Order: sequence, then structure tokens, then C-alpha cells
Amino acid sequence: MAPIHLPISDTVAKPGPGNGVAVTLSELRRSYGAIHALDGLTLDIAPGEFVALLGPSGCGKTTALRVLAGLEDADSGRVEVGGKDITAVPTSARDMGMVFQAYSLFPHMTARQNVEFGLQLRRIPSARRRERVAEMLDLVELSDQADRYAHQMSGGQQQRVALARALAIEPQVLLLDEPLSALDAKVRVQLRDEIRRIQLEVGTTTLFVTHDQEEALAVADRVGVMRAGNLEQLASPHDLYARPATAFVANFVGLTNRLRATVEGDHASLLGTSVPLLPGSVQRGAAFVLVRPESIAVTADPTGRATVVTASFLGSTGSLHAVTESGETVQAQIDNDAVATFHPGDKVTLIPRPNPALAVAAD
Amino acid sequence: MSLRATRQRRQSIFRWVVVALIGLFFALPIFGMVEFTTRARGGGRTLDTWAKLFDLKVIDADYPELKTGILASAGLTLLTVVIMLFLLVPTMTWVRLRLPGLRRTVEFVCLLPLTIPAIVLVVGLAPVYAWVAYFLGESSLWLAFAYVVLVLPYAYRALDAGLSAIDVNTLAEAARSLGAGWPTVMWRVILPNVRTAVLSAAFLSVALVLGEFTIASLFSRDNLQVAINLLSKRDASLAIAAALAALILAFIVLVAMSFVGNGRRSHRQEES
Repeated sequence: MAPIHLPISDTVAKPGPGNGVAVTLSELRRSYGAIHALDGLTLDIAPGEFVALLGPSGCGKTTALRVLAGLEDADSGRVEVGGKDITAVPTSARDMGMVFQAYSLFPHMTARQNVEFGLQLRRIPSARRRERVAEMLDLVELSDQADRYAHQMSGGQQQRVALARALAIEPQVLLLDEPLSALDAKVRVQLRDEIRRIQLEVGTTTLFVTHDQEEALAVADRVGVMRAGNLEQLASPHDLYARPATAFVANFVGLTNRLRATVEGDHASLLGTSVPLLPGSVQRGAAFVLVRPESIAVTADPTGRATVVTASFLGSTGSLHAVTESGETVQAQIDNDAVATFHPGDKVTLIPRPNPALAVAAD
Repeated sequence: MSLRATRQRRQSIFRWVVVALIGLFFALPIFGMVEFTTRARGGGRTLDTWAKLFDLKVIDADYPELKTGILASAGLTLLTVVIMLFLLVPTMTWVRLRLPGLRRTVEFVCLLPLTIPAIVLVVGLAPVYAWVAYFLGESSLWLAFAYVVLVLPYAYRALDAGLSAIDVNTLAEAARSLGAGWPTVMWRVILPNVRTAVLSAAFLSVALVLGEFTIASLFSRDNLQVAINLLSKRDASLAIAAALAALILAFIVLVAMSFVGNGRRSHRQEES
């Protein structure tokens, strides 16, 4: 077996802050028969940045990550890491750490041996290796589990060891392929926050693929929403949510009401109120405006022009469904305390808040 | 006594009857062999035949065909297992990783020898072995190529079960992302996790090769079974003793291999 000479710790300074390098995917295309998994995907990730790719099943997000890892070949396009074209470089020489959706610890090795595996391949001296393994297990707070095998650990612990194993080799890029999807809700939130903490600590450029929008919005510096093999929008979590560029993004991220309106310039008139419009909205005439439930205020009003259908208690918030006189169903977010004050059949007034919204052409 | 207890007792008796019948089925021929090989001339019992079998000088001088057969079978066993493992483990792993569409075809090809009688196999292999003899010589060891074909169905099934028990794709991808080349993936990640399956495949191959007679006999090559057959024409008692010894040896190998396979597993369980 030929030794692999990839730098550990004593690296020549990598570009950018921390251990991060820039990643560029240019015009990537990948087809499986008639299906275009990637259809000219272009994505730039800044050094040390944490980017999440979000999208429905089959949108190409995992394919993009696997092409970056070298586990899949692109039909065309270019992959650059730290300014170097690595499109033709095999996976084993790409210097990327990866955490998989499925539990991927080597079952015949202990947690310590798993973390040590990549370091052994790099011929790191044993003393340095031991030190690094201890550091990594400490980072994921599993030092006391070092001698356990995968089958002796919980799913969350296994994924943390997998993260330690991926980070032990000081990868240029960290790739996370839905690492939390097999875990239960509570562990998922804990590990999600832990991943972000560790990423900020080590500063490695990270690409995180998930279908869970809450996960993506919670941890990423920027979130890319993918659709049919391409990026629909790449923006900060706040901008993605508050200023969706397309109807697809508005519908996919969070809940959205699709309300009839009349557009005049940069404003739309709906539910008797004028709402400012986001760039990219239609300019004139009949349209649908995409309004978030929290952007609609609800007041009890016997002369109101909407009727309550349901009011539900959701824990930290409440949700109210109402039907307007024109037959449109509107969902609004209300205080959890207010839920009990609304009953089916009650008349209410719905007032859109003046938050910018996207208007799309009426079908 | 309750109805349930009566039923349980009946089931227990039935189980023991079945076990006893199966035991008898296996034990009777073995008992017959022991009885035959310990008969003394003029009545009584003697261990002379067994003493002769384990007296290497006597075997070497008086029964050279037995020694040749044992050595040939030992060599054939080793060679067959090595070729089978080198052929099947990487192929089956590669098919799972890269060519999953070919899995059914590979399975069909590997199971095909089950449906072909040995005599038909010999007819088909005869011209091939004419070339083998021309290029590699007349050594009995080259029978290993034919034996690999014979053991394919059994070895395939054992290895397939082992590979199905692990997520080969994810483990291989994880290892590659950490910098492992394909040989390292095979040697350090896949093989240790299918160790028991490899041992099972190896054992089945050993058992089959040690018991093979038809192909070796029809190709006029030496192996243990051919030697025992020849020996039976000169000294039936010694031939039966040799056959029984081969059976016991195969049994010991089976037990030893199952201990090796289970050893690590129980060691890990103790730690958990």
C-alpha cells in the first residue's frame, strides 16, 4: 500500500481563516439515464463556511455532495478545492472527512481504532496519533467510550465518533450527508448544535446535506435550496426565510399562504391591506402573494370577513385556520395563550403585517 | 397433569426421538466402520489396523499411494481455498459496490455447478485439462481449478450471507473518504467483517475437496479418496480406517473453524 502524504497539523497555511479552504462546484452535470440529478449546478463556498443543501428527495443534493467527495463522477463540470482542480482526483486522495447518513463505524474496531484509522493511513507517528485520537474523542465528549465497539454505543454516540473520525485527519472539507436523519428528535437537536459548535471550533469548510429545513436553518451560515439538480436560492437562513427568491423556495421553506392579490408596482393589495413586495415579484395585475403565517395578525371581530375553522395549540405557539369570504383558506400563527379564545365559526379579521412578500403570477 | 403439561411432555419426547433417529443414522455407519477396522482374525478385537495407519514408516514403504493421496488432497484443499477466496471475495464485493445489476447473473453462474453432474463436468473439462497438462504438467494439484468450480455454489452462499450482514457500500465509502485505497478497503475493512463467512466458505470447500472422488478418478489423478479406493482393493480394513480418519479430521477442522469464528465474537460480547 502506497503511503498517502497528506498534511496533518504541520500544514502549509491553507487559504482563508481557520482550517477552511474555498470550494467551488462549476457547472456540474450528472445524469442517471433520463434523470438529471445535477443540471449545471454551480456553488461557491467560502473558506471556513458552513453551507447546508436543502431540498426535496431527488433534487440532487446528495449527488452534489458525493461528487465533491469523489464518490460519484460528474458527467461534466469542475470541482475545485482551495483553488486546485480535483475533478479527477480519487476519493482517497481528496482529503475530505465525511459523515454518512447510515452508521458507518467499522464494526470490528473500537471507537478509538475508528478515529485512528485515517491517521494510520497517513503514517502519523503513534505518539501523535494517540494524542490526536484523544483530542478528537474529547472534542465530541466521548473519551469514556474509546474502547467500545459500534454495537455497544447508541446511534448518537456512533455519529459523534464518525464525526471525530472525519475530523481527526484534519480534512480540508467536512461533508455531512444527512448524519442526523437516523436519530430520534431530541438527540438530533443536541448533535446538530454540537456539530455547529465543533465546526466553529475547528473552522473547517463544511457542506451539510439535509432534507430537514429546521436543521439547515439552525446551523448553516448559508442555506442552498435545490430543485431538479440546480440551486434555486443560496442565502443566509434569515434571507432564505424572509426573502425567498422564488415561489418554490417560499413554499419549501416554512409554511406559506398563497393569497390572491392585485399588484401595482412594488406593492400588493390583499385582504384589504397593502403589502410591500420583494424583488423578483410580478409587477402588475392579478397575482398570488406568498405570506408567512406569522405575518398575518388575527383579531376577534363579530363583523370580520373571515371565519375560524380550527385553532390549534402547538406548544410554544398556536395555529389558526380561517376561511375568507372569497373562500381562501388562510393559516395564521397566534399566541399559544390565544388559542382558547377562538372557536370554529367565530368571525375574525385577518390583517397582513407589512413584511415584504413575494408575488407570483396568477395561474 | 394439565393438558398443556401433557402436550409439552409429548413434544419433548418427540424431539428426543427425532434426535435419536438422526443420531443413529449418522452413528450406525461409523460404528460399522469402527467394528470392521477392529476385527481380529479368528475373532476378537485388535487395534492393529489403526496402529498401521498411524505408522508413517509402514505407510511410506507399503502404501505409498495413501501418502501421495493425503499429500495431494492437502495441497488441493489449500490451493482450492486460496483460489476460491481470491476469486470470490473481491468479485462479490466489487459487484455489490459497483455493479449491483450483475448480482443475479453472478449468483446464477456461481450456483450453476450445483445442477451439473460431476461426470458431465469431467466431459466438459477434459479438453481444458489437456491444455492444463500441456502448459502446467500432470500434477494432481491442477485439479484445484475444477474443484474451485465445484465449491462455487457453497462458497458463494456462505460469502453472500456474510456480505449481506454488513453495509459494504457505506463501510467502503467511509474508508475511502479517510484515504484508503481499494486493497486497504478489502484487507482492513471488508475482510475482518466477513471473517466468519470466509471461514464458513473455506470449511465447506475443505469438506468438499477432501471427499471428492469422481473428477480425480476420471482424470486419473491422485487424491485421498482415489487412494482409499485403490487401498480398498489391497487392504479393505486399512482403507476403511483411512476413510474414518479422514471423516474425523474433517469434523475436527469444522469444530476448530467454528471456534475460531466464534472466538472473537464472544470476546467482544464479554466486553460489552
